[in-house]
Amino acid sequence: MNETIGAFVSLAGSLFFLLSAIGLLRMPDAFNRMQAGTKATTLGSILFLLGVGIMKPDWLGRMIILIVFIVLTNPVSSNALARAAHAHRKRIGARLEPDALAAADEGKEAGHAG
Amino acid sequence: MRTVKQRILSFLGLWGVWLLLTAPWNSEEAAAGAVVALLVAALPFSAASPLGDLRLGPRALATLVAYFFVFAKALVLSNLDVAFRVLHPRLPIAPGIVKVKTRLKTPLGRLLLANSITLTPGTITVEMRGEDIYVHWIKVADSDPEGATAAIVGGFEKYLEVICG
Repeated sequence: MNETIGAFVSLAGSLFFLLSAIGLLRMPDAFNRMQAGTKATTLGSILFLLGVGIMKPDWLGRMIILIVFIVLTNPVSSNALARAAHAHRKRIGARLEPDALAAADEGKEAGHAG
Repeated sequence: MRTVKQRILSFLGLWGVWLLLTAPWNSEEAAAGAVVALLVAALPFSAASPLGDLRLGPRALATLVAYFFVFAKALVLSNLDVAFRVLHPRLPIAPGIVKVKTRLKTPLGRLLLANSITLTPGTITVEMRGEDIYVHWIKVADSDPEGATAAIVGGFEKYLEVICG
């Protein structure tokens, strides 16, 4: 019984991995690809690991630790990538409408020059 | 008081990880883990210092549990939303970076808020300057800072305010 439930939960998780991969191919620029990519690491890996934990109850604690580590570390790398992408936004041709961060940077530089 | 609290919390965190790793449990392993966790928590460095911002009253703990469910719900809903956008033939996205403001003051509160924003698909925290957070939003519904703050931050902030100000 547990095996079946766990298998279905894992299947749901891998479905989100699939959607995320489709998103990576379809999205136009780095930011939006990351938006699609966060789907895989959040619900995808959480459901997948939970499914494995349900299949093998002895491993559930270890799977919870893995989920906690993914939830703690994934946003840090996403944030670093997003900042790097924003610094190179013209080169990668990102369409951002509006871009409050660029506006803030320009405002600061203009204020500094004046 | 603050340092005592953060040491107790880091002890509980370390021991909790050990217990989850060693399941199924036996008392010798659990005791050995407790001793090592106690030693590490007593070391004179402050790696776990943001934990000191966590409040431990009954109301804060109840809110922490409630936040877990609020976050899970936001995670599922935004996942389905982005999945819909990915599969839609015309790819209905209108990406942009909006500025939102936070009322949270403590480093832990801001860390949790920024990470919650990044973890829910559709929004990624790009930069944080003082109380301004710059968020990449896959479909900008409201470019005005107040409206964007209500849409992105509002649901998380009122819980985090109780948990860690």
